[in-house]
Amino acid sequence: MSPHDHDHHHHDNHHDHGHHHDHDHGHPHDHQPDDKVHSYYQILGVAMKELLIAKGVVSADEVRRAVEMRDAITPANGAKVVARAWTDPAYRERLFKDANAAVKEFGIDIPATHLVAVENTSDVHNVVVCTLCSCYPRDLLGLPPSWYKSRAYRSRVVHEPRIVLSEFGTFIPDDVEVRVHDSTADMRYLVIPRRPEGTQGMNEEQLASLVTRDTMIGVSVVQAPKGA
Amino acid sequence: MMGAHLHEGDTVLVREDYPIGHIRTPVYVRGKKGVVVRRFGPFGNPETLAYSLPSDKRELYKVRFRQRDLWPLYRGSDADTIELDLYEHWLEKA
Amino acid sequence: MRGPHDVGGLDDGPVDNAEHTLTLWEKQIDAIRWLIGQKGIVSTHENRRTIEQLGENVYNTLNYYERWTASLSRQMVDKGILTQDEIDAKVAEIRKRLSDHGELELRAGQ
Repeated sequence: MSPHDHDHHHHDNHHDHGHHHDHDHGHPHDHQPDDKVHSYYQILGVAMKELLIAKGVVSADEVRRAVEMRDAITPANGAKVVARAWTDPAYRERLFKDANAAVKEFGIDIPATHLVAVENTSDVHNVVVCTLCSCYPRDLLGLPPSWYKSRAYRSRVVHEPRIVLSEFGTFIPDDVEVRVHDSTADMRYLVIPRRPEGTQGMNEEQLASLVTRDTMIGVSVVQAPKGA
Repeated sequence: MMGAHLHEGDTVLVREDYPIGHIRTPVYVRGKKGVVVRRFGPFGNPETLAYSLPSDKRELYKVRFRQRDLWPLYRGSDADTIELDLYEHWLEKA
Repeated sequence: MRGPHDVGGLDDGPVDNAEHTLTLWEKQIDAIRWLIGQKGIVSTHENRRTIEQLGENVYNTLNYYERWTASLSRQMVDKGILTQDEIDAKVAEIRKRLSDHGELELRAGQ
């Protein structure tokens, strides 16, 4: 165990002092407050960008285009795939067999990503995490939300998934298996949520609009449209 | 190599070692027993690639564990599981 | 025994699922990290390893993008692309810019 500035903790029970979040927190026992550290790192981020551009490692244009391109990727990508899987059984089969090939049918060509689609059924509810860092199927869902990268999610969803799901307002019945996928290698997991009742008359576009990012991570289930 | 010839359905034991380095086998499954549910094929070894060294290919497996086998105080359903993607050299046929 | 990043199975507080929009500099660091990977300068594995080696106190003090910034700066020096002196000088320059003009970023044309 690494030395701490404060009381030694029981081995596997790191009770937070509130500094495992993505926000600034003062550390009561250190001599310098964390905000000096955080302001240094913000400056360092800008410094790295300017230096790397000055050295020609990256160009300002490349950075701008990369930011725009990454901003343009939204969960709508994943939602389209889900809606197609709901309405086209042959597509659904192709998706579970080879997700990379199946999403390529939508022009999502991602050879560097090993995509795996996992199916929510009446027997199994899937939920995805990356405990070791924050691996995420970005090409389908865009940038990951802060909570997905948080220590609280990464540490707890593997050993108390149903409680974590309840914090998202999601309750899975006891007779349904909750299956967690920890993305420890190159595979990126996309949950294909269940199609809700009351959506028979909807077309693919309408169905896709029901599918949120959180349903494709597995912390939520797709809600039936209001008034259905 | 240890787990190079595993198949779907094989019961495996995760090695209980604590090497220092870039290890993609989380501590919570070391020494635990699971079942291979998928073979992904050969991949470069992150433990080596992380140190800018050339790597051979290792078989990668999706391994399913029962939650009740991992956590003595697990409060969910007995049927609940968790799956991790693990490299062959961390797995022994059990 | 576990690295600071190997958190699966530990206890923690409730998941704070508030949405946080990224700042521009966070998006830029993310983009730069991706570009550097695309150009084959630093691999994801090397990046992750550098973050894991930050040690528990640093890992838990810095937020997600700060850890990436720390890793990026360490990797650039390790690979001889930048020197620590250059980084320190640039940081001093930006601090001066901030105190003189109240602005972190260069404006177009500066």
